[in-house]
Amino acid sequence: MSERDIGEVILDVRNISLSFGGVKALQNISFDVREHEVRAIIGPNGAGKSSMLNCINGVYHPQGGEIAFLGEVRSDMNTHHAAESGIGRTFQNLALFKGMSVIDNLMTGRNLKMKTGLLAQAFHLGPARAEEVRERKFVEHIIDFLEIQAYRKTPVGRLPYGLQKRVDLGRALAGEPRLLLLDEPMAGMNMEEKQDMCRFVLDINDEFGTTIVLIEHDMSVVMDISDRVVVLDYGSKIGDGTPDEVRSNPEVIKAYLGESH
Amino acid sequence: MAAKKNGPIAALGAVLAAGLLAPLFTGSAPGFYIEVLLGGLMAGVLYSLVALGFVLIFKASGVFNFAQGAMVLFAALALARLAEWLPGWIGIPAGYPALALAFVLAAGIMVAVAWVIERVVLRPLVAQDPVALLMATLGVTFFLDGFGQTIWGSNIYAINLGISKDPTFILPSVFQGGILISKEDLVATVIATALVILLALFFQKTATGRALRAVADDHQAAQSIGIPLNRIWVIVWSVAGFVALVAGMVWGSKLGVQFSIAQLALKALPVVILGGFTSIPGAIVGGLIIGVGEKMSEVFLGPPLVKLWDLAGGGIENWFAYVLALLFLMVRPEGLFGEKHIDRV
Amino acid sequence: MFYRENGQFKSSYREDQQLLGIRQDRWFIFALIAFAFLAVPYLASDYMFRAILIPFLIVSLAAIGLNLLVGYCGQISLGHAAFMSVGAYAAYNLVVHFPQLNFIVVLVLAGFISALIGTVFGLPSLQIKGLYLGVATLAAQFFIDWVFARVKWFTNYSPSGSVSTAQIDMLGWTVNTPVEKYLMVLAIVIVFALMAKNLVRGHIGRSWMAMRDMDVAAEVIGIRPVHAKLSAFAVSAFYAGVAGALWGFVHLGSWEPAAFSINFSLNLLFMIIIGGMGSILGSFIGAAFIVLLPITLNQVLPVMGRWVGMNFSTAFASHLEFMIFGALIIFFLVVEPLGLARLWSIGKEKLRLWPFPH
Repeated sequence: MSERDIGEVILDVRNISLSFGGVKALQNISFDVREHEVRAIIGPNGAGKSSMLNCINGVYHPQGGEIAFLGEVRSDMNTHHAAESGIGRTFQNLALFKGMSVIDNLMTGRNLKMKTGLLAQAFHLGPARAEEVRERKFVEHIIDFLEIQAYRKTPVGRLPYGLQKRVDLGRALAGEPRLLLLDEPMAGMNMEEKQDMCRFVLDINDEFGTTIVLIEHDMSVVMDISDRVVVLDYGSKIGDGTPDEVRSNPEVIKAYLGESH
Repeated sequence: MAAKKNGPIAALGAVLAAGLLAPLFTGSAPGFYIEVLLGGLMAGVLYSLVALGFVLIFKASGVFNFAQGAMVLFAALALARLAEWLPGWIGIPAGYPALALAFVLAAGIMVAVAWVIERVVLRPLVAQDPVALLMATLGVTFFLDGFGQTIWGSNIYAINLGISKDPTFILPSVFQGGILISKEDLVATVIATALVILLALFFQKTATGRALRAVADDHQAAQSIGIPLNRIWVIVWSVAGFVALVAGMVWGSKLGVQFSIAQLALKALPVVILGGFTSIPGAIVGGLIIGVGEKMSEVFLGPPLVKLWDLAGGGIENWFAYVLALLFLMVRPEGLFGEKHIDRV
Repeated sequence: MFYRENGQFKSSYREDQQLLGIRQDRWFIFALIAFAFLAVPYLASDYMFRAILIPFLIVSLAAIGLNLLVGYCGQISLGHAAFMSVGAYAAYNLVVHFPQLNFIVVLVLAGFISALIGTVFGLPSLQIKGLYLGVATLAAQFFIDWVFARVKWFTNYSPSGSVSTAQIDMLGWTVNTPVEKYLMVLAIVIVFALMAKNLVRGHIGRSWMAMRDMDVAAEVIGIRPVHAKLSAFAVSAFYAGVAGALWGFVHLGSWEPAAFSINFSLNLLFMIIIGGMGSILGSFIGAAFIVLLPITLNQVLPVMGRWVGMNFSTAFASHLEFMIFGALIIFFLVVEPLGLARLWSIGKEKLRLWPFPH
């Protein structure tokens, strides 16, 4: 594990509670994330991990608690504000724009940076043209980084699953996020693909300094690449610390392996 | 979330109630008011008949059958023409006997139509999103329209149920001159009520009915206990076809069988939105509200507006149902009796 | 063999983003446009202009508008002809009250008015989608129908309820022969199609397609649904409005509200389903199909009737039309949801490899 220059707290989750109808998805969760670190969220299925990410970037609105990002405290984040503030995200079930090519998917990730008006676009005037080229250059860096040059113009629906996951990552990267939320980025991948994805995640953290929060089930990956880990179970936090600390936490062991009687 | 919505719902309800009662306070004769009200209710019953077909299909298969109106037209055409032709073909006396046999044959035809639609249109599209299905059933509408007119002819035909077209006047002692009621509308109401009771019995008491309700609740669960989905859908569409036949018979007797009946399909959409897509009582209540609302607004709201804004005639009935549906969609999209949808990411 | 990209390298992103990247495509399109402008005026008869070419062009414009909303942005509009009627009546009233205005200005203003109305009736899309939104658009159709039929101001208090237009004046050039009308409409449609192509490959087009494909993900990357949806409605209605004004002024000459009824709306929908949703070319293909089918049937059926010894009436021709439309809608939705345009592009792909199989 490389030495990282871990900074101040940039995300502070305080007492978040979330319920759907009668179901309590999250109960009074608190943890923080420091800049430049890789923070893993783990826990059995249904523990509320995805819901937690959804609260952080505004897809779900928690009933209680607040989230502070880069010093700004909000009890109710909305998705647009999250994107503007620099929170990027990938999805467990991909959520790619199936009707578009790889490059178009990545270019939509640049949408917040593209400001030319309707008329300029309609007539493809100077500013619009220059903007397209400029953003295209940026996106090409990401394409190089993720090694998907050969698939630029392919409709994403036609790509194999592993590559689609890479495009999802690329789209999130295109927004130049300070905080990247990865929801099971390695789900459904074989050994090789997982290694590739690990490498990408670490490179992103190294080269761009992006803070990473990831949900992951593969324990070896978690232990390997994360600085700190949060453990959730049935919507409550049962562990929080370095991978070694968490690994020897009896609560965590009980949640994953059950109790021995 | 619910608290936010209650305000607008209450406001809409208040406006509708005010509109309903306003004519009583602005000087129209109570007898006339009741006439219009009853006329609206009975028109509403006829709308409900068409909407019933929608709800049945939607409940069982989640498909929005835009073709229901075309099915009504097709069925009515079949009934009218068969009743005309049978005496010539097999010597059965014209009038009720021919009509009865024609009804049976038309019912058989509608079942066949239902089977074909299920096979050709529904089964291939089962995984697509509702809008694609809507457009497919639109295609079915056009096809049935052209096909129906090719086979059965494109003039206006009469269905003679033997009900006199003379109006009756009831309660002449209570209200001056009595209240005008059309006998046909009365018969239509009776038939519709009978149909609803029949359907209710079918769904509650028979094994097939139970299977249909299971499918409506949860396709996969129903399949897992061995209910044959495709057969169920054919049955549902056949029942809807039968309902279409009854609706066609009633409307055709009243208006004559003509193309405008297909336009009923569009009108039934607001009915189902008001009532809720999955509710049979909703289809009835929705139809009644639309029927009454249309008549009332045309008769009582129309003339003042014409005078106020110097309009060239009324015609509020053309859009009343849709605008009302739109308002409902804004405050209560699941309708009065429908189920709420919760979207999870 | 002929349709190869060998030797055509793109050396800048600008080149890669061209609309017509392959040289053969460029030649083809330019040749087509040249043919349309230079040759057709001499080759086509007045009947062809009036009955085929002009309606085809105008209706393509409306279809492009609808396609932007439905095919690219994933919304639904069952009453798009209503926006055409807004454009037509707006143009009419502008010409009546400001007769000195240039016709192009009138068209653009009519388009803007229609865009405004389109935005208003697009507001429900912020709350509801799919089927429910369809009903809202039906409300728009019937309500707008009623407004133009009843509120006398719009028809300039005409006693019959219908309006008629005078000749079109453009910068001193009067447009009244079929050829002149055709050339004017052709120019307008080409410009608008180009604009649509540009919009669709720009960031606004991508935001539309993102809303269509995965609206939650689109929001998460910062696309505002309000902007995307309402801009789609506005632009789509703008196109419909201009098309409506052209339809009324150039094709019909005089019209009553029933000219823009729900049937027209449904026809527009059919055009983009058959032609191809999410494709500008598809809008043209679909429009051509819908315009040509009735005419073809009317010519062909009597001939076929003579062969089989039956007398096919014109009524039958229109019934057959309905049946074919209906069957084709179902066929395309089941077999190829992306319509004829997709079949065309599959054909092109095969052509690029020809004579090799793969």
